[in-house]
Amino acid sequence: MSDHGHDHHEHDHEHEHHHKDTFITKYIFSIDHKMIAKQYLITGIIMGIIGVGMSMLFRMQLAWPEESFGVFKFFLGEQYAPGGVMKNDAYLSLVTIHGTIMVFFVLTAGLSGTFSNLLIPLQIGARDMASGFMNMISYWLFFLSSVIMVSSLFVESGPASAGWTIYPPLSALPQAIPGSGTGMTLWLVSMAIFIASSLMGSLNYVVTVINLRTKGMSMTRLPLTIWAFFITAVIGIVSFPVLLSAALLLIMDRSFGTSFFLSDIYIAGEVLHYQGGSPVLFEHLFWFLGHPEVYIVLLPALGITSEIIATNSRKPIFGYRAMIASILAIAFLSTIVWGHHMFISGMNPFLGSVFTFTTLLIAIPSAVKAFNYITTLWKGNLQMNPAMLFSIGLVSTFISGGLTGIILGDSTLDINVHDTYFVVAHFHLVMGISALYGMFAGIYHWFPRMFGRMLNKNLGYIHFWVTAVCAYGVFFPMHFIGMAGLPRRYYTNTNFPLFDDLQNVNVLITIFALVGGAFQLVFLYNFFSSIFYGKKTVQNPWRSNTLEWTAPVEHMHGNWPGEIPEVHRWPYDYSKPGHDEDFVPQHIPMKEGEEVLNH
Amino acid sequence: MTSLLVIIVLVLLAIALWQLTKIFDLTQVGQGANNVQVATDKDNNVQGYLMFGFLAFIYIFTIYGLFAWGHLVLDNPASEHGKDVDRLMNITWVLIFIVQAITQVLLHYFAFKYRGNKDRKALYFADNDRLEFIWSVIPAVVLAGLILYGLYAWTNIMFVNEKEEDVIVIELYAKQFAWEARYSGEDNVLGKANVRYIEGVNTLGVDLADPNAQDDKVVTELHIPKGKKVLFKMRSQDVLHSAYMPHFRAQMNCVPGMVTQFAFTPTQTTEEYRGSKKMTEKVANINKERAKRSAVLVAKGESPLDPYTFDYLLLCNKICGASHYNMQMKIVVDTPEDYKKWLSEKPTLVESVKPEKASAEEPQGPSSPVAKDTIAVAVDTTKVVAAVK
Repeated sequence: MSDHGHDHHEHDHEHEHHHKDTFITKYIFSIDHKMIAKQYLITGIIMGIIGVGMSMLFRMQLAWPEESFGVFKFFLGEQYAPGGVMKNDAYLSLVTIHGTIMVFFVLTAGLSGTFSNLLIPLQIGARDMASGFMNMISYWLFFLSSVIMVSSLFVESGPASAGWTIYPPLSALPQAIPGSGTGMTLWLVSMAIFIASSLMGSLNYVVTVINLRTKGMSMTRLPLTIWAFFITAVIGIVSFPVLLSAALLLIMDRSFGTSFFLSDIYIAGEVLHYQGGSPVLFEHLFWFLGHPEVYIVLLPALGITSEIIATNSRKPIFGYRAMIASILAIAFLSTIVWGHHMFISGMNPFLGSVFTFTTLLIAIPSAVKAFNYITTLWKGNLQMNPAMLFSIGLVSTFISGGLTGIILGDSTLDINVHDTYFVVAHFHLVMGISALYGMFAGIYHWFPRMFGRMLNKNLGYIHFWVTAVCAYGVFFPMHFIGMAGLPRRYYTNTNFPLFDDLQNVNVLITIFALVGGAFQLVFLYNFFSSIFYGKKTVQNPWRSNTLEWTAPVEHMHGNWPGEIPEVHRWPYDYSKPGHDEDFVPQHIPMKEGEEVLNH
Repeated sequence: MTSLLVIIVLVLLAIALWQLTKIFDLTQVGQGANNVQVATDKDNNVQGYLMFGFLAFIYIFTIYGLFAWGHLVLDNPASEHGKDVDRLMNITWVLIFIVQAITQVLLHYFAFKYRGNKDRKALYFADNDRLEFIWSVIPAVVLAGLILYGLYAWTNIMFVNEKEEDVIVIELYAKQFAWEARYSGEDNVLGKANVRYIEGVNTLGVDLADPNAQDDKVVTELHIPKGKKVLFKMRSQDVLHSAYMPHFRAQMNCVPGMVTQFAFTPTQTTEEYRGSKKMTEKVANINKERAKRSAVLVAKGESPLDPYTFDYLLLCNKICGASHYNMQMKIVVDTPEDYKKWLSEKPTLVESVKPEKASAEEPQGPSSPVAKDTIAVAVDTTKVVAAVK
């Protein structure tokens, strides 16, 4: 498509739209990618409040088991907390829904949905997504699935409580746990809709990145954010449908009497008719998504961090091509490592050997990324904005959490730490906290782009430092109780005197969790008040090179009032010798005799 | 209630901080720059020092953790392969600590050292193939070593040649929320079993017509002999469970519809393990904690907790339902003599089924038809068994 023709068409479109931009088309059923990004973000934040809030509740139960709390009575009610004491199935529901919400609704949709939507068109120089309508549908399906997931909290028999991995038979049989009744049905329906939403979003991202780049924006001039979103979308397209099929087969087993995952079951005094299925098959299908999901969550965060670290270091990102190569390597490897979640599932141990091998390979591109970040800081001129702090924090937790992956990825070592708190500590640091930091970094950095105002930096500093201390305070001690053999998903460990000496550690973890959780209120206050009362931003507050900062502060359909800027250089010409300013935006033409210094 | 107060205090603290920053903002009114929310040199300086402080925090917290909680970590493996697992674990930990120490220093020190100011210009340093090469190859070589060791150990642990090796075959049977064990008896072969045979005392659904099942024994406390390899065959009757025996570095899921397995050789009897110095200390520690809790309970008018003595345990380690947190079985490692004696005193399953069958059938007479198919099968098989005998 020629740029010119494209422009012309969009202008006409713009013109006819202008007059009928009602409240509904502007704020609700919007097809503008910037508005959809904001919708994703705010829905994600609300889901985040629910998800994090749940973790506060069950952390309290773990620190002070079976004690009565007013908050339990208030949030869980008589049914789940009679006399203010949390019931055991309520505990399992809380961990299940916490996991589901954080992984899918906050860190997949909230993170990727927000920033892919906001940045892909703006950073590649496009007027909007390839299909604005599909983009809108994608958001509303996500919204619908969120509503269903939240409403499942209120059904009579309770929400799903078989863990976020919903392994059958537990998730298939209401006789096994009450949450596997209506609650599980709603969980599956919600996830099926979520997957449809995610696929529409992903297809849109891929098509947009491939087709709608502005003149001069070759693939090797794309900011690393776009590379990360692009590859994330590809991973999503490859792996989410497999989860959909697992969910559909599970629905068949639950409601129509098939035996895909069930066999030889005797429960509640009777033999069920199921014959010939295998729960291990479900585990394979689940983790075929489940593992790439880790990278679906993590890669966008790493992409965001790459951009923010480069901008705030006033330095080119170190090893641009190596970064792209490692994103590609991670994406490829992520689809062939799922078996490391199943070393002791009963699958052939030979498979365990294969998956150990592929899993430890993934440490290599991850190490490359970590070292490249550190080298980017070296001899930089670091501007310590809150976004930068969260990005450095991400690198720190990514390393701390990633290193323990060497233990879990090694089948021999996994035997004894599998499903203990060691696993909880590992994945929360490497994907939970890291991705959350990525999301926060992105919000602090692109808030001016989204809302035309700045977030308060001092609140941002407080938010970061308390969160950073608390994140380590929560998850570092957890490694120890995991290495002591404490299984996860235990309502309380008071039935095992063996673990009585771990109780003090559990109390400490919970205190850190409560403080860290409470300080997220600082962020929420900053976020919501700055939307309305924040300082007005200048066009390019961080003095960044990428194209989104060339568009006017005021949002408009089509992003740029005139022609789309043309791109003449890669996005990381920071502090380039021969220029007066320490940044040279992508749309600035090369000077006479200026050399390309990166390769 | 206390925690509610804690939360309220935290919220108030947060509010106080907001107010402080508001005041701070007010002091900047009049400086009027549009980009007042962008980090200044002063911010860079303060945050740079904080980064350095955070590095200290990570280090101190790690060292504190090792001293305060290091003793909680499982050590002294009670199985033969456990020594291999622990050695590999220790090697891996040393590597992790080295890498962690170096990278976190670099990251936070650079963040401190190169904190920005107006006069500095960053170095334009876009790429360097030699560096990229170094930090791809070093991890690759180190990981190759770990992988080789890991796979060697894994193969030794997981592949058991039942026919050639001298092993005792024991079935671990999982159900919501209890464990049972079945000993294969003299023939060392477990009789066939299926949930469809479950009836009365035959809770494991053993096919009583199977000749191999005649000497099988079912118990609810697991005894195993020291120094002899035990091959566990695992089944579950309802949902996924996981047989986790942390002191033996052993774990395997129990999957309905299939048989999974794990084998190990216990190396220390329960008595020996209890007597070890670390365990004596641990138990004393735990009992101190329990005494504290008992005091609270007694004050409330409840009965105090029993003092704790160590036993090996089999725990369920795969979420299996509401009472997942209390699904356990005691494991006793005996000397071979004690083990033999203990086992010989247990009745076989067939023996336990007989009296129950007799009492169940008597009032109706031996030839009365039985309604359920599965039960009919079971009754038939016992008759066959009787005939064979």
